[in-house]
Amino acid sequence: MSQTTTKGAATTETSPETVAPKKKAVLSEGKKAERRLGWMLCAPAALTMIAVTGWPILYSLLLSMQRFDLKFPDRTEWIWFDNYVTVLSSPYWWNAVWVTVLLTVVTVAVELVLGMALALIMHRALVGRGIVRTTTLIPYGIVTVVAAFSWRFAWTPGTGYLSEALGSEPVLTEKIPALMVVGLAEIWKTTPFMALLLMAGLALVPDDLLKAAAMDGASAWQRFIKITVPIMKPAILVALLFRTLDAFRIFDNLFVLTAGSQGTSSVSMLTYNNLIKGLNLGIGSTMSVLIFIMVAIIAFVFIKLFGTAAPGSDDGGKR
Amino acid sequence: MAGIGGAETTGKKVGWGLLNAVVVIYALFPVLWIVSLSFKSSKTLADGNFIPREWSLENYENIFSTTEFTRALINSIGIALIATAIAVVFGTMAAYAIARLDFPGKNLLVGVSLLIAMFPQVSLVSPLFEIERGLGLFDTWPGLILPYITFALPLAIYTLSAFFREIPWELEKAAKMDGATPGQAFRRVIAPLAAPGVFTTAILVFIFCWNDFLFAISLTSTEQSRTVPVALSFFTGSSQFEDPAGSIAAAAVVITIPIILFVLFFQRRIVAGLTSGAVKG
Repeated sequence: MSQTTTKGAATTETSPETVAPKKKAVLSEGKKAERRLGWMLCAPAALTMIAVTGWPILYSLLLSMQRFDLKFPDRTEWIWFDNYVTVLSSPYWWNAVWVTVLLTVVTVAVELVLGMALALIMHRALVGRGIVRTTTLIPYGIVTVVAAFSWRFAWTPGTGYLSEALGSEPVLTEKIPALMVVGLAEIWKTTPFMALLLMAGLALVPDDLLKAAAMDGASAWQRFIKITVPIMKPAILVALLFRTLDAFRIFDNLFVLTAGSQGTSSVSMLTYNNLIKGLNLGIGSTMSVLIFIMVAIIAFVFIKLFGTAAPGSDDGGKR
Repeated sequence: MAGIGGAETTGKKVGWGLLNAVVVIYALFPVLWIVSLSFKSSKTLADGNFIPREWSLENYENIFSTTEFTRALINSIGIALIATAIAVVFGTMAAYAIARLDFPGKNLLVGVSLLIAMFPQVSLVSPLFEIERGLGLFDTWPGLILPYITFALPLAIYTLSAFFREIPWELEKAAKMDGATPGQAFRRVIAPLAAPGVFTTAILVFIFCWNDFLFAISLTSTEQSRTVPVALSFFTGSSQFEDPAGSIAAAAVVITIPIILFVLFFQRRIVAGLTSGAVKG
C-alpha cells in the first residue's frame, strides 16, 4: 500500500521535475509547487509525531505540578514543585538513578568491547560469515520479554540449567547478583545491534591502508588502535549514543527478572510502579519529566562530542 | 584481533570456525533453552535439565486452549500490522520529500524525528495514560497503534531516506524522455528500485512493534488489547499449583517464530536497513 502513496507522490512531483535545472530565481512556480508538495508529504508524519509527543510532554509538565492521585481524585490540587521535592528527596528515586546509571555504564562498556569483537569476526571471517550474521540477528530480533523469561527460568532454582550448574543459590533475590543477571540479559540482547553498527563503520576502513601499515611492521593491535579506531570514530559514537539512551530506558528485562524488588528498580521501573501500580499521576509525571531531562543531558553531551558527525546532520538538503 | 593478508591456511580456517561456533552458541543458547522448556512435560518441567527428558506438546495444547493467549496473539498481529502499514506509508511520503524535494522546515522535521528516536518512552507513559483514558482510547487497539506509529516513524524516515538517496532518479527522467508517462515511469522504473527499501523498513518497524512491552503493559488493562509480551507476564498456570513456566515458554516460542523466519530470509536486508540510517554519510 505504501507503493500507491509514493505513486501519488511521484506523479504530482512531475511539475518540479520539469524545471529540473533549479535556478536561483525567487520562488518560481515550480519551486512553490515543490514546497507545497514537500509540506503535504511530510504533514501526516509530522502531525502524528507532534500530536502523540508534543501535547503529552506539556501535559506531563502540568501533571507534575499537581497533587494527583487517582485513588483520591478529590484531593487533586496545584502544588507547584512539591512533587519534585518529594521525588528528589526520596532514597528510592536516587537508588533507582544509581541502578540505572550503573547498568547503563557497565552494559554499554561491555557491549562496546564484545560488539567490536563480533563486528571484526563478521567483517573478517574467512568461513561461515553468512551463518554468523544470521544468528547474531536473532538476539536483536527476539522479543525482549521472551529473552528475559529464558534467563529467568535458567536461573530459577530447580528449573534452570544455570542454577543447577552453578550451585542453587537463588541469584535473583539478592540485589547485586540480580543486577548482574539483568546486565547479562541486556548485554546478550543488544550486543548484536552494537556489532552491526560497528561493522558498518569497519567497512569504511580502507584495506590498502591496513596492508600498508602491516608492511611497515605495525602489529595487529597497533593497526587496530592507530588506523581502524580513528576512522571508525563516528560510527563508534553513533553506536554508543544509541545504546546509551536505549540502556537508560531499561524496563522489560528488569520487569521480568526482578520486577524491581530488592532495590533493583531502574528509573523507568520506578515510574511505572508509581504510575500504573500506585496510580499516582503527579509523582509519576514528575519522574517522567526528570527522566526526560536526564536523557536530554546525555544526548546533549554526545552531540557535543559528535560535532558535525551527528546522525541526521547529513540528511540536510542534498539531492 | 583479525589478521590481515597472509595465507588462508587450514589452521586459520579452523580458528575462524571455532570463533564462529562460539558466536553461534552465544546467540542461540537462550533461545534453545526456552524451546527445550516449552517441550518439557509438566512432570519434568522442573528437572533443571537443558534437554527435555520427556518430549511433549502439552504446553502448546494448553496455551492454544485459552483465550488469554489466542486473543493476545490476535491483538499482537493486528496491532503490529496496522501500525507498520501506517508508519511505512507516512514514512515513505516524508522520506521521499526529504530525499528529493527542497522545502523550508525539512531540517526541523529531521531534527524532531531524531529527538523522538532518543526520547525516553517512559516519559510519555504517564501523560498518555491520562489522555487516553479521557479520550476513551485506553485499552483499545488505536491506543497502542498511535504511540507505535510515532516511535516507528523516526526509524522509518531515516532508513527510507537513506535508501531513497541511493536510487538513481535520472532513470525516471530517462524513461520519460523515451515517452513513458509519469505513471509508467514510476511503476516500471522507480517502484522496483524503491520496493526493497520500503520492505526492509516494514520489517524493522514490525519487529519494533512486535517487541514493545512498556506501552503495551501501561496502556492496556484487559484481554481486549493486551499483546503477547504482556499476556506472557500475566500467565499464572491453569491451577494455583501449576508452574506457568511451560505455558510461558510455549507462548514465547510461538511469538519468536516470525522473528526467526524474518531473520533467516531477509538477513542481508535487515543488516542494510539497520546500518543505513545510522552510519552512512
